[in-house]
Amino acid sequence: MDLSLLKQQSRFEWHIPPFGKMRVPGVIYANEMLIRDMDMKVYEQVTNVATLPGIVRASYAMPDAHWGYGFPIGGVAAFDPHVGGVVSAGGVGFDISCGVRLLRTGLTVDDLQPVKEQLAEALFHRVPAGVGSTGTLHLDRNDMDAMLAGGARWAIAKGYGLPIDLECIEERGCMAGAKPECVSDHAKKRQQDEMGTLGSGNHYLEVQQVVNVFATDAASVFDLHEGDIVVSVHCGSRGLGHQIGTEFLKRMAITAAGHKIELRDRELACAPINSEVGQEYLGAMRAAINCALANRQIITHLVRKTFADILPQASLSLLYDVSHNTCKVEEHLIDGNATSLFVHRKGATRAFGPGHPDLPPSLRTVGQPVLIGGTMGTASYVLAGTRDSMSLAFGSACHGAGRSMSRHQATRQWHGRDVVRELAARGILIRSPSFRGVAEEAPGAYKEVSEVVDAADRAKLARKVARLEPLVCVKG
Amino acid sequence: MSYAGTNVESPLQPNWEHFPHEADMGVRGIGPTKEAAFAGAALALTAVITDPAEVIPTQPVTVSCDAPDDELLLVDRLNALVYEMATRKVLFSRFEVHLNAHALQATAWGEPVEVARHRPAVEVKGATYTDLLVKQDQKGSWIAQCVVDV
Repeated sequence: MDLSLLKQQSRFEWHIPPFGKMRVPGVIYANEMLIRDMDMKVYEQVTNVATLPGIVRASYAMPDAHWGYGFPIGGVAAFDPHVGGVVSAGGVGFDISCGVRLLRTGLTVDDLQPVKEQLAEALFHRVPAGVGSTGTLHLDRNDMDAMLAGGARWAIAKGYGLPIDLECIEERGCMAGAKPECVSDHAKKRQQDEMGTLGSGNHYLEVQQVVNVFATDAASVFDLHEGDIVVSVHCGSRGLGHQIGTEFLKRMAITAAGHKIELRDRELACAPINSEVGQEYLGAMRAAINCALANRQIITHLVRKTFADILPQASLSLLYDVSHNTCKVEEHLIDGNATSLFVHRKGATRAFGPGHPDLPPSLRTVGQPVLIGGTMGTASYVLAGTRDSMSLAFGSACHGAGRSMSRHQATRQWHGRDVVRELAARGILIRSPSFRGVAEEAPGAYKEVSEVVDAADRAKLARKVARLEPLVCVKG
Repeated sequence: MSYAGTNVESPLQPNWEHFPHEADMGVRGIGPTKEAAFAGAALALTAVITDPAEVIPTQPVTVSCDAPDDELLLVDRLNALVYEMATRKVLFSRFEVHLNAHALQATAWGEPVEVARHRPAVEVKGATYTDLLVKQDQKGSWIAQCVVDV
């Protein structure tokens, strides 16, 4: 990105003053190096989002921002329904409520080492991953609608997990306002055999080790200690979310002109929040959030069963579950007034600060755990939301490393078999049905996650709590 | 592994290629007619997932769609294939496309996914409007392309 187009506010905050049809400025949180490496498409997309009706305060990009669809990945934008604000299918994306959950195991590295290979194989065989994989559950029409209305609560009622898990899931495991009747038969059909599956692409299931603790107060509340073994699950609403995204993107692109919305890019497809299509999208998108929460809950159950078989002394408890492709109604201070806004986070994580009423009492003193997925060869991070973040970017932070290279380039540069061998030599076991899939996800195809996380920390979007390194990675 | 090609079984089948996108993949069909370019884009879609040469075109699936313009029609067509692949658990490698204004009738031939043989790299979530283009170039060739989300 051309730095001369930006106005530097501080070392980690850069502004794009409004021009043309922009209603608000663009704001990018990153260091100079990360911004230089960002594609000019990110600049274009941040400024395009700033033209949408009812946008409030600014169009934001997080430190991991990269070229997305309409909105940049790593984009955050909030809209006020009282001033013609919109909801955008493009602003949420295809993988609705894709997210990360982190489980503590009560184990240490020494417990894991003797059975690491066995555990890797068992997880790979028990948790369905990759193209064409199906879960053991088949949902009929009634079960499907109950799942879409109930989310993780539905899964737990069916025996997949523990009621205490709900405490540490956003929305307490069940997104209110879901309307299964707004989800098409096509979307439901795509999902009927996909519950409890990881998917493919950048989705994964990892066994990780806590290697560094940066903030002992928060780590203590999160019950994370150096040497602990944790499990991380990254996936979303599977085929159902993809189909809802596809259908509403088209509907919103076609109806935009009728709503007098000028789209600079068809992927910005949106509709007034109070319109028929806007309300139907919200009902369907919230149902997809529930689908993702139920999906990660079922996978959690499968992981627990696998650990119980191999490491019966393990006790898997949920630290937190975050979604990073969503639109949620939240109250934020605008000009000193509490205002209900529709906050879109596309490849961005909610990062509520200490004291926020939506946090469970056990976490309220230190802020929300912010789970940042890395690559299979580097690291993931746990951060904590800050009070500053609430005013900086509606309580949001980055979501991952962000790609620095296309899949095409990655497969030219690496062979999957070599990546697996090199990582094994470093003690990281990869299990995947596809070597090409591994090559496309090679660690070198991503930005340096530490750089991204440091920028989020220094920008005060969230503060660093712990660094996790992978030991086993199941890729779809 | 190839990133562009022609179906050797049927030389009338169009060319296809991939083009880069930072996070995902661009699919492009090139052919003497709009229909051939649409078919080429579909072959490029399969190639995102696996080597099309490994997919035996036995089972036919018929798809029809219509849209306000050629570009939306291309996205609809690719999304219809994504849906069929996801729900039938199949991959396609041969395509026949008939266009009438902005209405499309097409048949795709393929076979059920066999993970050990096809080694599918990634599933496609959906076709997008990014870098979406259906046009005839100066030499008369048709191009049909867009980025697909994986």
